[in-house]
Amino acid sequence: MNIIVCAKQVVDVAEIKVDSSTKKPILVGVPQKISDMDKNALEEAIKIKEKHGGKITILTVGAPDAKERMKELLAMGADEGVLIPPPEHADYHVIAHLLAGAIQKIGSYDIILCGEASIDMFSGQMGPRIAGLLNIPQITYAQQVTVEQNKVIAERNLGEKAIIIESPFPVLITVTKEINQPRLPSLMAILASSSKPIHEWPATGVTAEALVPKLQTLDIKGIPMQRKNIIYQNDLDQSVGKLVDELAKVGVLR
Amino acid sequence: MVLVYSDEKKLTLELLHKASELAKELHKKVIAVAVGHDEHATEYLEHGADLVVVAETSQHQFKAEEYTSILEHIIKEHSIEIVLIGSNKNGKELAGRLAAKLDAGCVMDCTKLYLHDKKLTTERIVYSGNAIAVEQFTSHPQIVTIPSKVFDPLPKNPHQKGEIIKKKFDSEHSPSKIQRVQEMKSEGVNVEDAVIIVSCGRGFKKKEDIKLVSELADVLKGRTVGCSRPIAADLKWLSEDHWIGLSGHKVKPKLYVACGISGQIQHIAGMRDSGVIVAINKDPEALIFKSADYGIVGDLYEILPKLTSAIKEKMG
Ligand SMILES: Cc1cc2nc3c(=O)[nH]c(=O)nc-3n(C[C@H](O)[C@H](O)[C@H](O)COP(=O)(O)OP(=O)(O)OC[C@H]3O[C@@H](n4cnc5c(N)ncnc54)[C@H](O)[C@@H]3O)c2cc1C
Ligand SMILES: Cc1cc2nc3c(=O)[nH]c(=O)nc-3n(C[C@H](O)[C@H](O)[C@H](O)COP(=O)(O)OP(=O)(O)OC[C@H]3O[C@@H](n4cnc5c(N)ncnc54)[C@H](O)[C@@H]3O)c2cc1C
Repeated sequence: MNIIVCAKQVVDVAEIKVDSSTKKPILVGVPQKISDMDKNALEEAIKIKEKHGGKITILTVGAPDAKERMKELLAMGADEGVLIPPPEHADYHVIAHLLAGAIQKIGSYDIILCGEASIDMFSGQMGPRIAGLLNIPQITYAQQVTVEQNKVIAERNLGEKAIIIESPFPVLITVTKEINQPRLPSLMAILASSSKPIHEWPATGVTAEALVPKLQTLDIKGIPMQRKNIIYQNDLDQSVGKLVDELAKVGVLR
Repeated sequence: MVLVYSDEKKLTLELLHKASELAKELHKKVIAVAVGHDEHATEYLEHGADLVVVAETSQHQFKAEEYTSILEHIIKEHSIEIVLIGSNKNGKELAGRLAAKLDAGCVMDCTKLYLHDKKLTTERIVYSGNAIAVEQFTSHPQIVTIPSKVFDPLPKNPHQKGEIIKKKFDSEHSPSKIQRVQEMKSEGVNVEDAVIIVSCGRGFKKKEDIKLVSELADVLKGRTVGCSRPIAADLKWLSEDHWIGLSGHKVKPKLYVACGISGQIQHIAGMRDSGVIVAINKDPEALIFKSADYGIVGDLYEILPKLTSAIKEKMG
């Protein structure tokens, strides 16, 4: 079974601070990590490999420093990595073509796994885009995946319903955070991973034509959050009394 | 032309409002697409569509591959420039695949949509609720998905004239198939329409204790209980229809009470538009207090019974 896991390096959104004068998020110097659901995707790949054998390749379009994060994924259990630095002007369309182009260059694949969405941009369009470009079936929001000899059966979580879909290979699956609990690599695995290769491919090597973005980012605006921040501490009975008075005053107790 | 599609009727009507506005500014027409059946076609005309295309197909249940190929046909045939798709999970997987097939730009979960310098411009929340990205299309066709409740439907106009065309499509046949559909556990709550919500998080020690929250919700006459992700997704103490946040439901009640919730950015993303926000947390440093109008620092097990009886008394 040849499995490709698409993993994105993202800024750790929990660490973003807002500039108090411009109200814009400060994006420089924020710690980077692998997007949460991409670790779920890898965990699922490892489980499939444990049962059926095969090879797991991590594919990342990202800055050269993403290599450090990719090493964590090799330590978890992936076999090798492919890293492609994006061109200066990139949008969803450009990144999807690079990912799909790289997958075609890798050549043989049965299952491609992605996160349902990245935690920074959270658009959730990469998986369906890649499947569309490769013209293969897609199963999104999978909360459970069972791989058999020549097909996969997965459960799509639609909130009030679950849709159980089966597909032959190759297939692209996007996974939810609930599908599994990603493992933490052992020290042994971390040491052993240093011998696993990460190939760096130039963007020009994976797509035939130059890619032109379809979207232009005009601005990244802050979100004003003006709240009263009246916090009662100390005596609980008094605090409760004051809170109820305030709620009555602002008219929400009717 | 501006095209509108969703597998939910309500969302289609909401999108038709925005589509009519854009079409007017651009001197274009509005097409609504219905796949499989024509039962809502007249209503779509009455709410702003100039034309309804009813796609007749053998694929009755939504499937991304087949539905993408139907929309692709219609978009090419009618030279569609703007495509508005309802932003539920099906809509998003459709929009992404369609964007790839058409080599088009696509903006997901757009909360504002307008023309700026005559170009279609969108706003969407990024960095888990820390910022809004303003993105502008530089080419056609342009695909945008819009969540429910961003726009209201236009009032019904029974005199609006329009055309309904039925057309057969030999859509692409995907090798995947739906085996079956399973109802998931649900308690039938609708947090998105709730006026008052009391929510619980991991500050609760066991499932039974959630009654402290429902008792407060009851006296507030809100009767709606919400929760953070771990309560629904990991502990499964409540069904997913209670789940609020970035990956759950987005709510805007008049009053939101967060009990034992730390206030991580992904939770805030779902409730930041609430009228008044109250937080109860034993940790004075908890992030939730930064997003709250009022807060009480202390043990929720002591505070909630006191708060419930004080409110009961106040409301008489
Ligand atoms: C405000 C803004 C700023 C941006 N800044 C940059 C930037 O600095 N540099 C840049 O290159 N692009 C940038 N982009 C463009 C880029 O469009 C997206 O980051 C990229 O297309 C992925 O979209 P997403 O994060 O929504 O992925 P989603 O569609 O939400 O991701 C779903 C899944 O697809 C896979 N995936 C997504 N992206 C990658 C990736 N890069 N490598 C491997 N797997 C992936 C993962 O499995 C992920 O879980 C920016 C876009 C915006 C709107
Ligand atoms: C991609 C992604 C998407 C996500 N989407 C969502 C989402 O949609 N919704 C969501 O909610 N989360 C979401 N999360 C998870 C989010 O980051 C947090 O982990 C989650 O919101 C924490 O839930 P919590 O506040 O209930 O638990 P915790 O963070 O564990 O907080 C518990 C709080 O209870 C307080 N407490 C404990 N005991 C008491 C007591 N006796 N009295 C009073 N207070 C007490 C503690 O001080 C603490 O602040 C997402 C995460 C990711 C990565």
